[in-house]
Amino acid sequence: MPGILSKSLSTGIVTTRYPDAPAHASPHARGRLEIDWSKWNDARSAAAVCPTGAIACHDAAQARTVTFDLAKCVFCGLCADTDKAIRMSTVCECAARHRNRLVSTAQYSLNEDGTHRRLIAGPDGATAMRGAVSSLPRNDSIESLGRQIQSRAARLFGRSLHIREVDAGSCNGCEIEIVGLNSPVYDIERFGIHFVASPRHADLLLVTGPVTRNMELALKKTYDATPEPRLVVAVGACGCSGGIFGVNYATRGPVDSVIPVDVYIPGCPPNPQALLHGILLAIDRGV
Amino acid sequence: MNLSGVSTELRPVVEDLNRRFEGRFNALVTPRLNEVYFHVTMDLVPGFCAHLCRKWKARLVTVFADDARIGHGVFHLYYALALDDAHGLLVLRVPVSPETPQFVALTNAIPAVNWQEREIQDWFGLRLLGHPNPRRCALHDDWPAVHPLRKDFDLNTVLPPFQGERHKFRPVEGEGVFQVPVGPVHAGIIEPGHFLFSVAGEPVLYLQLRLFYVHKGTEKLFEHLPIPHGVRLAESISGDSSFAHATAFCHAIERTAGAQAPPRARVLRSVCLELERLYNHIADIGAICTDVAFVTANMHAMRLKEQILRVNEHLTGNRLLRGMACLGGVRFDWDADQIRTLNGLVSDLRPEFDSLVQLVEDSSSTLDRLDTTGILKPEVARDLGVVGIAGRASGFAYDLRRDFPHAAYDQVQIRVPVYRVGDVRHRLRVRVDEVHESLRLIQTFVTKLPGGPLRIDIGEVPPDRVAFGYVEGWRGEIFHWVRTAPNNRLARCRVKDPSLQNWPALSEAILDNIVPDFPVINKSFNLSYSGTDR
Repeated sequence: MPGILSKSLSTGIVTTRYPDAPAHASPHARGRLEIDWSKWNDARSAAAVCPTGAIACHDAAQARTVTFDLAKCVFCGLCADTDKAIRMSTVCECAARHRNRLVSTAQYSLNEDGTHRRLIAGPDGATAMRGAVSSLPRNDSIESLGRQIQSRAARLFGRSLHIREVDAGSCNGCEIEIVGLNSPVYDIERFGIHFVASPRHADLLLVTGPVTRNMELALKKTYDATPEPRLVVAVGACGCSGGIFGVNYATRGPVDSVIPVDVYIPGCPPNPQALLHGILLAIDRGV
Repeated sequence: MNLSGVSTELRPVVEDLNRRFEGRFNALVTPRLNEVYFHVTMDLVPGFCAHLCRKWKARLVTVFADDARIGHGVFHLYYALALDDAHGLLVLRVPVSPETPQFVALTNAIPAVNWQEREIQDWFGLRLLGHPNPRRCALHDDWPAVHPLRKDFDLNTVLPPFQGERHKFRPVEGEGVFQVPVGPVHAGIIEPGHFLFSVAGEPVLYLQLRLFYVHKGTEKLFEHLPIPHGVRLAESISGDSSFAHATAFCHAIERTAGAQAPPRARVLRSVCLELERLYNHIADIGAICTDVAFVTANMHAMRLKEQILRVNEHLTGNRLLRGMACLGGVRFDWDADQIRTLNGLVSDLRPEFDSLVQLVEDSSSTLDRLDTTGILKPEVARDLGVVGIAGRASGFAYDLRRDFPHAAYDQVQIRVPVYRVGDVRHRLRVRVDEVHESLRLIQTFVTKLPGGPLRIDIGEVPPDRVAFGYVEGWRGEIFHWVRTAPNNRLARCRVKDPSLQNWPALSEAILDNIVPDFPVINKSFNLSYSGTDR
C-alpha cells in the first residue's frame, strides 16, 4: 500500500490539462488530407493508389467528376505521396453529423490527354463540411472539449453521459483508441462520461464496424435495448463507410445501413481527441 | 534429385523423406531455400505428417485449401509443417477432385488443426471424413449452404436473411448444472464472441466458444484487390497487430518476387515490430491487473502505453503504426529528431516499466489471484499446437524471430523466455521478460541502423507463384500464404493469426476455475477475435 501511494505521488498528474494550449500532435501525424481543388489537374493517380476508393473519378461528356469521401479515408497518405495537390494535415477532428458532409465533389472539364483543366463546380461537400464543424472549437484542448460535453450532457440527459461501446465487426484498432479514453492521460471520467456494461444503462452507442452479417442482429438488439433518448456515433472509416471491407457477402458495410446514426467520426482509427470531438458533436445535436 | 535449391539444414530432411516415400509422391518443388513443396496424394498425408512430427519434430502450423479448379482442375489442400530446428517449411500439396469433394481429417492425430479443417469444409465445401466434431465453425449454423472461398462464389453475393437456429450447443446436464451464456456483445470495450459456460456452482465444467462474429470475408477480399492495396487490408486483419500482419503480407509478396527489402528497411521493420510488442504487452499487463481489481497498476500501464503510441505516431504518422508498411521496404525514414525520440522512449520506459512490475510483484492480493489460475498444461499446449505467449508460458519456446529469422532478426541474438507452469502469472511473466528483451533489441537496432535506400521496387509480380510470408507478432506467429494471379493480383491469400491456433486452449485453461476468474484468464491469452474470424 505505501508503495502504491508513493508511486502515484511520484508520478504526479499526467492528465492533459492545458485549457488554452492545443492538444498533443506530432508534426509527423497524418490527419485529414487537404486538397488544392483549383490546382488539381489529374486526380487519376491519386484515385489509383487509394486503397479504399475514398478518391474516385468519373468521366462523362468531356467532364470529370472527382469525389473525395472522408468517411472512407484511412489516412494512409498514399495519395499525397503521388499527387502534389494533396497534403496531409495534422488535423484529426473531422466528425460530422451527416454522412454527405464528409463527401466533397468537384467537376472539371476534361483535356484530351486525360488530365483535367478547369474547375467547373465545387467542391460543394468540402464547404458544407467546414460549415458543420465551424460552430465547434477547432484545435481545442481535451480539457475544454470535455467540459463542453459535460455541460451539454447535463442539459440533454440531466446527468452525466453513459456510453455503451459496440464492436459490430471492427479489426479492434478503434477499440484500442476507445480504451485509451479511459487512460489517466485522457481520463474522460472527469467529465462525467462513463463507459457502461449494458446498453440499458446507456445514453449513447459508440459503434465500430463494418457491421458484419453475424453482428447485424446483435447490433439491432443492442440498439433496441438502449432507452430513448439515445444517440448513435459511428466510429472509424469502417463504421462510417464500410472502409476497406465495404459491402460483401459477410458484411453489411457502414453502421447506418443497420441502425440510424447521429454522428460519424472518420479516422483509421480516430485518436482519443477525435473521438471526444465526435461525442461532443452528437450531444450538441441533441440539445 | 537436385536439391541445390534447398537450404543445407533442410536437405537431410528432404533426403530422408525422399528415401522413405520414394516413388510415392508426384513432385518436389523448391521455390525457395527454406520452403519446399511435396505434391502428394491424400493417402500419404497422415504418414508424411506422422513421420515428420516424430522424427524431425515438425509442427503442423497451418492447413488450408485453394480453389485451383481453373488451371489445375482440382482443389488443392496445403499442409504446412514448420521445422524449427532446420529453419524451414515443408509443405504438402494434395489434390482434391471436384467430383468427390472430400478429404480425410487429421484432427484425431493432430488436434491442433481441428478448427482449420472445419474452416476448409465451411469455406470450400469439401466434406470432412472422420473428423471428431465436423460441425460448422467458420460459418454460423444459420448461414445458407454457400462456400464463399470457391472461385464461382462472387465476393459481393447478397445472401438472403438468415433463418433457423443460430448455434447448436452441446447439452451439459446433471444435478445443479446450469448454463451461463455471455456475448456476443460483452460488458467491456472488447470484441464480440459468444461463450457458453456450463457450471456447477462456481467452477466451470465446460466452456463452448462461438467465434467468427466479425468474419468480414477478408481472405476472399484479398483476391479482389491489386497487390499493393493488400498491404492496407492486411493492416486491418487485427488492429493490434497492424504492422505485423502487413509485414507478413509484404514478406510473402517479396518472396514470390524473389526480392528482399534493403537493410535499412529491414531494421526499421524490426523496430516497428518491437514497438507493437511493447505497447500491447504493457497494455495486457495493465489489463490483467484490472481484471483482478488492481486498477492502479493498469493506470500506470495505460500511461506508458499512451507514451508509446505517441512515439509510434511521431515515427510513422499513425499511433498504430499504420501506413508504414509497404512492399519492398518501408515508407518513412527517421531523422535525427525521431531517432532521439525513440531513444528517449527506451530510456524512459526502462525504469518506468521496472517500477510497474515491482508494483505488481509487491501486491500479494494480485499475485494470489494470478498464481495457479487458468493453468494450461504443457501436454495440452502441445496437442493443441499453442504458440506465442501462451505457448512459452506452457513450455514451448517457438519464436519465429529466432527460428525463422525475418526482417533484421538474423542480426541479433534473441532470448526467448520459457516457463512450464502455464498459469496466468507465467503468461504475465513471459510478457515482462519480452518487454525487457524488446527494449534491448530496439536499442541494438538503433545503434546499428544501416544507411541506404528505404525500399526497392517490387514491380508486377509474375502469376502463379506461391510463397509463405511470416512474422513473429507480439501475440505469436503470423503466416500469410499467397498464390499470385495475372495483372498484379492474388488468386489466394491465406491468413493465419496465432489466435486461431490458441482459442481452443482457452476452453482447456478455464476448466475447474471459477467463472469470476474467466476475464483474467481470457485477458492473459488476449486473443484477437478479428484475427481469428477475418
